[in-house]
Amino acid sequence: MFDLFSGSWIIVALPFAAFAAIGLFLHRWPKAAAYTSILAMALSTLWSILIAIQVFTAAPGQVFTAAVRWLEMPGLRVDMGILIDPLSAVMLLVVTIVALLVQIYSLGYMEGDPGLSSYFAYHSIFAGSMLGLVLSSNFGQVFVFWELVGLCSYLLIGFWFGRDSAKEAAKKAFITNRVGDFGFLLGILALAVLFGNLDYQHLAMRLTDYHNLAVLLPIALLLFAGPVGKSAQFPLHVWLPDAMEGPTPVSALIHAATMVAAGVYLLARAFFIFSAVPQAMYLIAVVGGFTALFAASIALVQIDIKRILAYSTLSQLGYMVMAMGIGAMTAGMFHLMTHAFFKSLLFLGAGSVIHAMHGEQDIWKMGRLSAKMPVTTWTFVIGALALAGIPPLSGFWSKDEILLGAFSRGHLFLYGLGSLVAFMTAFYMFRLIFVAFFGSGTKGSHAHESPPVMTWPLLILALLSVVAGFVGSPLLGNVFGKYINAPGAAHHEMNIAIMVVSSLLAAGGIFLAWLIYQKEVISHLELKQRFASVYEILYHKYYIDELYARLVAVFIDGSARVLEWVDLKIVNGLVNGLAYFTGWSGKQLSYTENGQVQTYALYLFGGVLVILVGAVLAVYYTVLA
Amino acid sequence: MIGLNHYLILGTCLFGIGIYGVLSKRNAIAVLMSVELMLNAANINFVAVNHFIRPDQAIGQLFAIFVIVVAAAEVAVGLALILSIYRHASSTNLNDFNLMKW
Repeated sequence: MFDLFSGSWIIVALPFAAFAAIGLFLHRWPKAAAYTSILAMALSTLWSILIAIQVFTAAPGQVFTAAVRWLEMPGLRVDMGILIDPLSAVMLLVVTIVALLVQIYSLGYMEGDPGLSSYFAYHSIFAGSMLGLVLSSNFGQVFVFWELVGLCSYLLIGFWFGRDSAKEAAKKAFITNRVGDFGFLLGILALAVLFGNLDYQHLAMRLTDYHNLAVLLPIALLLFAGPVGKSAQFPLHVWLPDAMEGPTPVSALIHAATMVAAGVYLLARAFFIFSAVPQAMYLIAVVGGFTALFAASIALVQIDIKRILAYSTLSQLGYMVMAMGIGAMTAGMFHLMTHAFFKSLLFLGAGSVIHAMHGEQDIWKMGRLSAKMPVTTWTFVIGALALAGIPPLSGFWSKDEILLGAFSRGHLFLYGLGSLVAFMTAFYMFRLIFVAFFGSGTKGSHAHESPPVMTWPLLILALLSVVAGFVGSPLLGNVFGKYINAPGAAHHEMNIAIMVVSSLLAAGGIFLAWLIYQKEVISHLELKQRFASVYEILYHKYYIDELYARLVAVFIDGSARVLEWVDLKIVNGLVNGLAYFTGWSGKQLSYTENGQVQTYALYLFGGVLVILVGAVLAVYYTVLA
Repeated sequence: MIGLNHYLILGTCLFGIGIYGVLSKRNAIAVLMSVELMLNAANINFVAVNHFIRPDQAIGQLFAIFVIVVAAAEVAVGLALILSIYRHASSTNLNDFNLMKW
């Protein structure tokens, strides 16, 4: 029988092949390009599902690897390989399913766009890069795909390159990621120098008897810089909200399945390194927790439907990173999976709304969409309930597991922070829903439901958002946790109190949003006036962008000015000075050429004399002395 | 007894006088004559060294004859140049000529 596992490189190859086919042959036929891309993705999805079935029916802990040598030199060996274990199998499922649904949805959303074939080509290579990243067996390979993902995000965010804001956002995403990737690369190089091998399993083995924390700590921190950039953690989070400039399906893909998931996935993959360094773990947890709170607070006041979702993504990513940091790797991955489903659902729902509103993204200019767009509305509500963590939807189980992990490991501060964020999440999501879908605005009355090609993906994702949580639910024995586990990560018994508290917090957030925005018992305008300064700070995202612009102006432009001076005055001065000196000395020496044959004879004689004396002295000192 | 050193000292003196003449005489013909002195200083060295170092071979003598031949040709060319330049400028004073100036 043909071996599913050893052929799994085809999962990666198919989207790349679709990209090549579209780029080379199908560029003039957008429909054919779209269907090629979707077909390739569907085959990859099918294959991934088969693999996942095999992995999750086998006993936990089985790993398949295959590798061919990529490069080898004294002291370093890098392979091109495949690593399939439960962790990568879950990621395969998530990436392929979400990418496939997003591509199908794009058929409706992007219909009639002049760049449709490029759009699907980019989509294919984006999905292919992400799948390659997931299947990679070592850091060298992962870095290649890591960079490819970054490149594709640049292409897709800047897809509508006619708009200045899209161009700027694409550049911002690329450059911000570059900062993180630099640290990541340094970390990989340090590993290469230290161990001479980048293979995960090899490194995991070597690390078991390596306890030099002074060396591991900087490596772990450098490696963490990669996920900070890719998964948009503070302080490199600035690119993600701006990435909303891309087409909405792209946002769904970036925010749910690819790109941002890559960072968290890497944290899980390299968990053996991070977990060996408690200090790094603590920092990761704090960065994640801070990002979660920070982004949630910004999301409270945004008015652009996609930006609210973007900050919500930031906040949820913070959750996942925090979970990794407190050692609850299983919970982090679980949340990554459930988040992928409900966040792509939310983004596609938002896309459906924007599509219906002809590009309007301000939630205050919508309202009463529920009457006109029932499918979009109710799937969106399901997604929001899942995100808010209302039992028994998927978000509840995964969020609860993170909070449980924080609580039972004694990180009470992070537990409190996480609970607060859960409350805020519920509030801002239902602020969006009450205003945009049930609000009193009338603009929404012209809207119409999206075509079936867009609503079917929504329905499927809604279903997944509801049921995906049960695989990790303690009520059903926590199948997820059995397969995806890190050595030394303790299992936690479920804690009813924590579940009840987090559910109540979520319900409280929804209730508060209902009071303010639906019943208008508390006037939101009055609130806005009373806390005007807070509102301003939040609305301007803590002025981080302005701060970065200022810092760039001071440090980058300042150093550019200094370097320009060095270049103009010192480097140019040296070169010009040399040329001037040559000219000047030539001019002076030319006066010795007076045309008198006897003068020339004198010079000649002098020269002979010098050589003679030199030769005599040389002989005297070398031979005689 | 007269040895190699005496000949070499004689050659050096002759060469020095020649150099002095080449560098200081104003008359072109005198310069040409000084050049002859230098050439002959070299000839003396050739012959003397040949005689004292390798008396069985006559390479030095032979070389001296070559030098004399070349010197004769050189004097012929030099005198022709001086004649031509004299016709042009009615002078053989080297100070009057700086055609080789930059």
